[in-house]
Amino acid sequence: MGSLRGKLLPPVVAIVFSALLCSVALIISGSNPARALAAMVVQVGHNTTAVDIINSASIYYLIGIAVAIGFKMNLFNIGVEGQYRIGAVLAAIVGGELNLPPVLGQIVIIVVAMAGGALFAALPAILKVTRGVSEVITTIMLNAIAGGIIALLIKQGVFGVLSNNNIGTRPIPAADWIPGLSLGSAGTVFGFVVIAILVGVGYWVMLNRTRFGFELQASGESPTAATAGGVDAKRMIVIAMLLSGAIAGLTALPELLGRDHTYTLISPQGYGFTGIAVALLGRNNPGGIAFGALLWAFLDQSAVSLDNIQVPREIVTIMQGAIVLSVVVSYEVIRRLELAAEQRRVGSQLAAAAAATTGSAS
Amino acid sequence: MTTATDRGAPAVALTGITKRFPGVVANDDIRLTVRAGEVHALCGENGAGKSTLMKILYGMQQPDEGTIEVAGSEVRFRTPADAIKAGIGMVHQHFMLADNLTVLENVVLGAEALHGIGARARARIAELAGQTGLRVDPGVLVEQLGVADRQRVEILKVLYRGARIIILDEPTAVLVPQEVDELFDTLRGMREQGFTFLFISHKLDEVRAIADSITVIRRGTTVGTVEPKTVTSRQLAEMMVGSELPNPETRESTVTDRAVLTVAGLHLSDTGGRAVLDQIDLAVHAGEIVGIAGVEGNGQTELVEAVMGMRKADGGSVLLVGRDGAITDLTKLSTLHRREAGIGYIPEDRHRHGLLLTQSLWFNRILGFQTRKPAVNGRWLDVEGARADTRRIVEQFDVRTPGIEVPAAALSGGNQQKLIVGRELSGEPVLVIASHPTRGVDVGAQALIWEQIKQARAAGLAVLLVSADLDELIGLSDTIKVMLRGRLVADADPATVTPEELGSAMTGATTGGEVQA
Repeated sequence: MGSLRGKLLPPVVAIVFSALLCSVALIISGSNPARALAAMVVQVGHNTTAVDIINSASIYYLIGIAVAIGFKMNLFNIGVEGQYRIGAVLAAIVGGELNLPPVLGQIVIIVVAMAGGALFAALPAILKVTRGVSEVITTIMLNAIAGGIIALLIKQGVFGVLSNNNIGTRPIPAADWIPGLSLGSAGTVFGFVVIAILVGVGYWVMLNRTRFGFELQASGESPTAATAGGVDAKRMIVIAMLLSGAIAGLTALPELLGRDHTYTLISPQGYGFTGIAVALLGRNNPGGIAFGALLWAFLDQSAVSLDNIQVPREIVTIMQGAIVLSVVVSYEVIRRLELAAEQRRVGSQLAAAAAATTGSAS
Repeated sequence: MTTATDRGAPAVALTGITKRFPGVVANDDIRLTVRAGEVHALCGENGAGKSTLMKILYGMQQPDEGTIEVAGSEVRFRTPADAIKAGIGMVHQHFMLADNLTVLENVVLGAEALHGIGARARARIAELAGQTGLRVDPGVLVEQLGVADRQRVEILKVLYRGARIIILDEPTAVLVPQEVDELFDTLRGMREQGFTFLFISHKLDEVRAIADSITVIRRGTTVGTVEPKTVTSRQLAEMMVGSELPNPETRESTVTDRAVLTVAGLHLSDTGGRAVLDQIDLAVHAGEIVGIAGVEGNGQTELVEAVMGMRKADGGSVLLVGRDGAITDLTKLSTLHRREAGIGYIPEDRHRHGLLLTQSLWFNRILGFQTRKPAVNGRWLDVEGARADTRRIVEQFDVRTPGIEVPAAALSGGNQQKLIVGRELSGEPVLVIASHPTRGVDVGAQALIWEQIKQARAAGLAVLLVSADLDELIGLSDTIKVMLRGRLVADADPATVTPEELGSAMTGATTGGEVQA
């Protein structure tokens, strides 16, 4: 609940548990867990690994926040996958075709990405409030549709051009890139990391300090109580879904504006599912999601260094899966223990107070 | 009237029963002796520990300490099945019947091994019905039965399983006075035949009418066992509460002729096209408490939710007159705008409609007031303002809590309700809608809530009160309207009407016009 212990204990328990589980898996497959762990830790200091982790984490963070906004409203927006890809491809097309001047170019690209994500989230939202269709079903289907739309948009003759044996959108001119922070041989940190942090701060402020955040949390916790309190549940569903989609639309921009500058057939996919895991890990808390994103990025990077010492890289996937599963379980267990402890504490404090008053009265 | 005699060992003897839950000791060294062939009443406020004790006796929970003896020998129940084997049956307050099955099917469900499911079972039920007077047609679907018949089915169910000792948990809570009398006649008849009853209630007049002995529980422990003939209801109540009693009675009339709420021709149909609210006309004046009486499920919930804008009415209008005399047509407005126009709402189910249970008290203070000071400033939450005003409510409404940061779920029911009442009386409402405002709260909280409602009335508020507690309705209201099948069928004057008269109007025994005094 409110206590720090209740917030920190579950992830720690989950990480320790999944590390143990992976150790067992490693021993069974004939590898040395200690050596594997050492390799994972040491890699962070090598080459560009640390910067790569931060860059990946910024991506995971954005999509994690997008999922968390849905979760806060009790919406399971699986569609962030399709929403971020649609946002990315539209942003890449607009950026590549329009040749806008600096500053305006970046702003337009960001706005288009967010609008694209929001637009793609609008359909499930409308279906849910008008027809009661579960957003889980519609967003899964729209994820598949997104792939088709993207393939169509980047076809040669539509918005696609062929370069280096790969079809993609026209490259965004250098004036519209977001420059990174170069750390020499350690790599270049995406400039978009700053925006990701701002999104996190904005998310916290929205949740804890605005009327909208209050209505979001109230509806998510108890739709019936929120309705009785005058919160328009349908309106909240639509807004939360659109907002979730808009933030999801930002997901691919760190890469698009900082490294790739074009959206191609082989642009990365699957961030949406990482985002769900990261939001679960972080319990929809902006700080927690940052931690989850960094942890996930760290594990992703570990796969490479484990390969180098002949440890099967699939161990990373096992670890990621185990962490998510055990984090969900341990949060629930600890939440119940904390609630019981809280009730006990309230009960005993009141009993003590009552004893004090009757004692002084008699 | 006492027919119970000492027939050797007591039917049930509980000794030193103690049961602890997180935060509370529900039962603390309880002693209870029930003689064979008597009606033994167990009285206590809500939360005094009656239900826990009965769950222990019925094997649903295990005591931490203490022993249970049935007919002289010590027993240990791990599940209700053990208790049933020992001849103990329980009729729960909330019926546990399958609506889509017949009476026969409900009775034999889970006890098929006893007499099969066919003719033998039917014969056994007929035999039990003849013996006890619990006559219900075994072939009829339970969904077609009224509350009193359903209760008979529940009792038949436990008899069918061979119970000789029957626990009745608040059996009269759902019945109107006439049905209560019928139930009592049945119980008396069965007592003659040697059945033993443990009768849980906090309605003292009823307890005194039926019980051979009364055990009072207060704060989880037994206060004492008394003979009903030697005590008055008031003495009993004071044993239960341990202090002076609250009284719902209102003082001199403060009713004005300024209508605050005017409902005209309000109509609402359910999905099947049946009218749930049928042409409701209603006016509540400033300084007036209008009570709505009715058996639950006759449209009271729908009326309140339609006035609050939580349900969309099909027809009719709802007008509210503000403090400054400005008339607001609420008919097309949202719940939020209705609240802003000056309606406070104490919902009948505080967990579903009143609170965000895992959130702090001050967070709960904002609910329903998310567009108004002091909790909110424009689009921004005023966290300090909300905290300060929550402290005021905690202070002024005597909410017992260690602080305003604890989650609402950590408070007891009465304190949760006091928080809600405090919140809903904030922001200068002109109308308060109170649905079962004291249901499931302790006597202390009840007294405070009644007092606050009276003060609100004295301050010129209009109050629409829906309650199943007829004493509360009669005591607080200036006007009572009886609701039956979605219509307001009769008016009653609380100064002259008795609970019995109100009860018969609620079941439709008297129709139209004024309820006779």
